Amino acid sequence: MNEAATPGQRLLRVLVTVGPAGLWLLLFVLLPTLLVLLASLATRGPFGGLEGPLGFHNYLRLLEAPYLRAFAQSLLVGALATLFSALLGYPLAFYIARHPRRDLLLLLLLLPFFTNFLIRVYAWLVLLQREGVVNAFLQTFGLGPFTLYPSFLAVVLATVYTFLPFFVLPVYASVERIDWQLLEAAYDLGARPFRAFFHAVLPQTYPGLFAGSVLVFIPAMGTFVVADLLGAGRVVLIGNLIQQQFGITRDWAFGAALSVFLMGFVLLALYLYARLQRERGLEDLV
Amino acid sequence: MRRLLALHALLVYAFLYLPILVIVALSFNESRRGVRFTGFTLDWYRALFQDPRVLEYFLNTLVVAFTSTLVATVLGTLLALGLVRYRFPGKGFLRYLLYIPVVVPDVVLGISLLLLFAFARELLGFPRLSLLTVILGHITFQVAFVTLVVRSRLLLLDPGLEEAARDLGARGLQTFLYVTLPLAWPGVAAGALLALTLSLDDFVVTFFTAGPGATTLPLYIYSSVKLGVSPKVHALSTLVVGLTAFFLAMGYALSRRRL
Repeated sequence: MNEAATPGQRLLRVLVTVGPAGLWLLLFVLLPTLLVLLASLATRGPFGGLEGPLGFHNYLRLLEAPYLRAFAQSLLVGALATLFSALLGYPLAFYIARHPRRDLLLLLLLLPFFTNFLIRVYAWLVLLQREGVVNAFLQTFGLGPFTLYPSFLAVVLATVYTFLPFFVLPVYASVERIDWQLLEAAYDLGARPFRAFFHAVLPQTYPGLFAGSVLVFIPAMGTFVVADLLGAGRVVLIGNLIQQQFGITRDWAFGAALSVFLMGFVLLALYLYARLQRERGLEDLV
Repeated sequence: MRRLLALHALLVYAFLYLPILVIVALSFNESRRGVRFTGFTLDWYRALFQDPRVLEYFLNTLVVAFTSTLVATVLGTLLALGLVRYRFPGKGFLRYLLYIPVVVPDVVLGISLLLLFAFARELLGFPRLSLLTVILGHITFQVAFVTLVVRSRLLLLDPGLEEAARDLGARGLQTFLYVTLPLAWPGVAAGALLALTLSLDDFVVTFFTAGPGATTLPLYIYSSVKLGVSPKVHALSTLVVGLTAFFLAMGYALSRRRL
């Protein structure tokens, strides 16, 4: 860039700017990732720990019934959380984008989101417990009390609650960019509101919808805290399995294999997302 | 249609706020269990403040958050600058590496750092799991976020301004300190704030990288919650919520003033 800079000066500048963080990423991101890959091929030692021989036996265990079940449950939690986020978040994004005080509404959306993650999950535990608010409310109608927690439903509900802003924000961004003239054109051409929406508005929000879905789906199926607290053993996701292997079970090798599998799945989802977005790449996600 | 949309929005906001408001209300409730409001009390706050461990966990949280944010902001800002200004071999690879902490689930990041520290201890004899390893873990995901935020700000800047500075005789460091950095400052501040929030909020990476004596508030909340519903946690949560609301309101007021 600077014509006066000699090759030596340029090298120095790259080293000073990129060097420290680059080294950090190699040491704390690349190296640990390689270690996980290596560990996933090892065998659990008699006291935990990792031993040889290396092989793919941990990956074969992934095909056993309880693990397949956890994988299916993770997919289901991710899919349901994404679906409910869309139902709640998609109309909300339109409301916010067309509101005169939209910066305030966005702030109000983000405020609970900036509240500690654990507190938000805990709040649902309080609401859904047997003597909780939801049961107290239902009992005024003579219903219940129900065992709402621990349950699969509680996990999905709290997941939606936790990640909803991840869905609203990208959709909001694409709603803001909508060309409303297309809607008018559709009306001029005689389309009824329903049809006009599906042809002139919805397609313009696809990028936001895709980004929102990826941003909710990935953490929803990867997190272990929500299922741990609100599923209390009844809902076991891949994240919970990983945590168990590094906690009580002390089978790090199998835990590493589960991690590689989860990471591979996430990367596949992102790859498909990037393909769908064609040239837009990953930048739209963050 | 517009009415329906407004009603929907109202319900979603109620959904977002009710759980938190219930926690706040319960923190002042005399009753230990259940949601029937039996009377106003500050006992749970008193119990919280009389617990010396809570202060220790709070200080641990702050030490981790501020140390890691400082390091991550410096590293991330420099990296963003390098990525935007220079071409160098391995740049594409580095950008992929940068996305890993952003897209990979926390639990995977947590266990990979745990493995790293375990291997390092085997080979070199350090580090022990402690506040230091927690800080190293936090910096790792923070660097990625800071870099991405600062980079998007730098991409908006007019490179002509730096050229002008150089034409006027400014040297590399001078240009950086007097032109680039002030222009990039809003991005750097936003990146640092994001990093700080992520650190204060983080449970999963901390959970896997913390050893004995390195308890932070999220770890404490988790272990208390595992034992069941507790009014002391309601009080602590209320304080955290209040503090968050205060900081966000300040940020909002400041951002409006500038407009």
